[in-house]
Amino acid sequence: MSVEVLSRIQFAFTVSFHYIYPPLSIGLGLIMVIMEGQYLRTKLKVYESMARFYTKIFALIFGIGVATGIVMEFEFGTNWATYSRYVGDVFGSALAAEGIFAFALESGFLGVLLFGWNRVGPKVHFFSTVMVLLGSMFSAIWIVVANSWQQTPAGYHIVGEGMNARAEITDFWTMVFNPSAIDRVIHVWIGSFLAGSFLVLSISAWYLLKKKHTDFAQHSFKIALVVAAVASLSQLFAGHRSAEIVAKYQPAKLAAMEGHFDSLAAADLYLFGWVDKKTQEVSGLKIPNGLSYLLYQNTTTPVRGLNSFPEKDRPSMVNFVFQTYHLMVAIGMFLIFWSWLLIFLWWKRKLFQYRWVLLLSMWAVFLPQIANQVGWYAAETGRQPWVVYNHLRTSDALSKTVTANQVLFSLILFTLVYALLFVLFIYMLNKKIKHGPDTHDPDIQHSPQQQSMATLLE
Amino acid sequence: METFLGIDYPTWWFLVLGAVFTGYAILDGFDLGAGALHLFFKQEKSRRIALNAIGPVWDGNEVWLVIGGGALFAGFPKVYASLLSALYVPIMLFLLMLIFRAISIEFRSKEPMAWWRKTWDISYSISSTLLALMLGLVVGNVLLGIPLDENGNYIGDWLDLLNPYALMVGLTTFALFMMHGAIYLVMKTEDKLYAKLTKLVQRTTIFFVICIILLSFYTLLYVPHLTESIKSDPWLFPVPVLMILSIANITRQITKKNYLWAFLSSSVTMSMLLIIVFLELYPTILLSTVDPAYSLTVYNASSSIKTLKIMLMVAAIGVPLVAAYTSFVFWTFKGKVKLDEMSY
Repeated sequence: MSVEVLSRIQFAFTVSFHYIYPPLSIGLGLIMVIMEGQYLRTKLKVYESMARFYTKIFALIFGIGVATGIVMEFEFGTNWATYSRYVGDVFGSALAAEGIFAFALESGFLGVLLFGWNRVGPKVHFFSTVMVLLGSMFSAIWIVVANSWQQTPAGYHIVGEGMNARAEITDFWTMVFNPSAIDRVIHVWIGSFLAGSFLVLSISAWYLLKKKHTDFAQHSFKIALVVAAVASLSQLFAGHRSAEIVAKYQPAKLAAMEGHFDSLAAADLYLFGWVDKKTQEVSGLKIPNGLSYLLYQNTTTPVRGLNSFPEKDRPSMVNFVFQTYHLMVAIGMFLIFWSWLLIFLWWKRKLFQYRWVLLLSMWAVFLPQIANQVGWYAAETGRQPWVVYNHLRTSDALSKTVTANQVLFSLILFTLVYALLFVLFIYMLNKKIKHGPDTHDPDIQHSPQQQSMATLLE
Repeated sequence: METFLGIDYPTWWFLVLGAVFTGYAILDGFDLGAGALHLFFKQEKSRRIALNAIGPVWDGNEVWLVIGGGALFAGFPKVYASLLSALYVPIMLFLLMLIFRAISIEFRSKEPMAWWRKTWDISYSISSTLLALMLGLVVGNVLLGIPLDENGNYIGDWLDLLNPYALMVGLTTFALFMMHGAIYLVMKTEDKLYAKLTKLVQRTTIFFVICIILLSFYTLLYVPHLTESIKSDPWLFPVPVLMILSIANITRQITKKNYLWAFLSSSVTMSMLLIIVFLELYPTILLSTVDPAYSLTVYNASSSIKTLKIMLMVAAIGVPLVAAYTSFVFWTFKGKVKLDEMSY
């Protein structure tokens, strides 16, 4: 295989693996802030044990997220040196800002969050939890801004030619608030809230099925459900906004997502289907002219199709973009249905009555994860052949000195180490969940007031 | 060229980079050093205390590497691209060692089995050792220069990176981190472990002194281009003098058992060493051994002046914030290590 293919596989593999963890950190971070906030407000012991329990889960997720994240930061330079020279002025700035504003905040306060329970007061601890959440959310801002700039470049100009061409910032804030940035940040945040809340739903459902830690699990389930319900519904709007931006600024990507070839016709909206690139036909269930209506509120407005782009400027994996995008949308719809069904059951006071509901809630943890992954696949394969949209091709972005053997070597190493890492992660997660919250721990010191509150409730 | 306080912007960013990497060396230096020493502690409780001494802070320390990487990417993208692609194999191994180290710390105490803990102890110690050596190896190669063509692409073999000078810098870095880590640990421990560490502090200090003397001779005798800046400007002579005095002060404070002062002195030693590195490099960052004209300097490799100005603003806002909460975290966990239910 060529250096390009290997480097793309390596980048895709390392970033996909990495992206299991940060959304969980952000989502779980939000839920921990709510739990600890509830504890501060009500002083109920159940909220304290929730906060402590999920902090342990968070530590595990965060640790692997950091370890795999540092790889990403250096991979631009190792495998994509030409790209790095081209975008350093812009992309590097966003990355440096991420390090100093977000990552430092997150990692600094993480120490207090994990180990500071007995060293700082509850309010300072809560403050630290909030800072860790903010840090992880800021992190997402800068990374998504950097990625969005590649999708919809703005606030820059190109200096030099050929090998020496590079983008330079002309207006920092225009660069930061490039056309797709805000909508994509929100889209990513909400995706993260879904990942975190469905993890808590899953763990709680498992306890309820096993009839362990029932009170703890019911309280956690409800907190996570509120987050999940709000997030899933908001994602409908955030996702739609993102799609509109794609339609406006990356029409070739949108055409691939929807399997739309004909340039002059109004476009259909497929609920599902299969794209044949050769015959340019999509077989599946469609809403005639639905895409035109969704984008322009008019069933006759034509949508630019793939055929209006030169062959070399189109994404090559049309069916892949189509399938990943549709899978994301389908999962998104299901998550709305599921979380609002749970809300309905809660309202009917039947939330914890049905075994199948708990069973499905337990397994649903994989859905937001899959949606987050395939959503990025669609976004990143859909913008090919460009790495910086309309400016730099992925095939031109490589390191000139790195050989295929070197990349193969590192790819094999990453595969082995990440496989080990994943096995350990699942093993540890499982162990922590089975261990459950610490119900009684003589080492934990409580203030006299908390102590009496606790005994009153028991 | 536009200046600020008499210094042009690429040079300012070079200074920022110097400050960030110095911060990184001082902070991550002690936890990498503590890791390298880990297998010297034989008892289970000693190992746990040593691990928890760095527990709440190692992650924050590593952030300085992330900031440094970002700062290099943003300010000198050509250096970032050339250096990382040239050092492809060592960088990949470095990243994998970072992963191993992180998971060793994370997973070690999660299972009670002796084999489990022993495996992670070894993995933790070896990865810490290799990381220290590899950091030195990178610095050594940057000091010596690497074969770059006119486009900044590396044209050597990666095995050339394992040259004697770079290995000597690697060994010295390793020795320096071990000493720094031992001094840090001795401040955080009590009783028998403390007694053991007081001996380790002495031995690692002797080891470092031997390494630094050898490295100094090596540089002075065989790598003349690394002595030119200080040679040509006597006003810079106090820097190496201060380095020697701070090393002398480490031994003095150790004898007096003033370990906080010893730690500060060893931090000063690190700063002086890195100041010498940055002084001797400037204005070159990455020297091409093929043709000096192909070298990447602060002027031909930097981002636009506008971007550097923006990044200086970012640094001016960000660095004090980072310093503030880093201090807060260190203050929160000051004093001797006590194990509790959340410990590693």
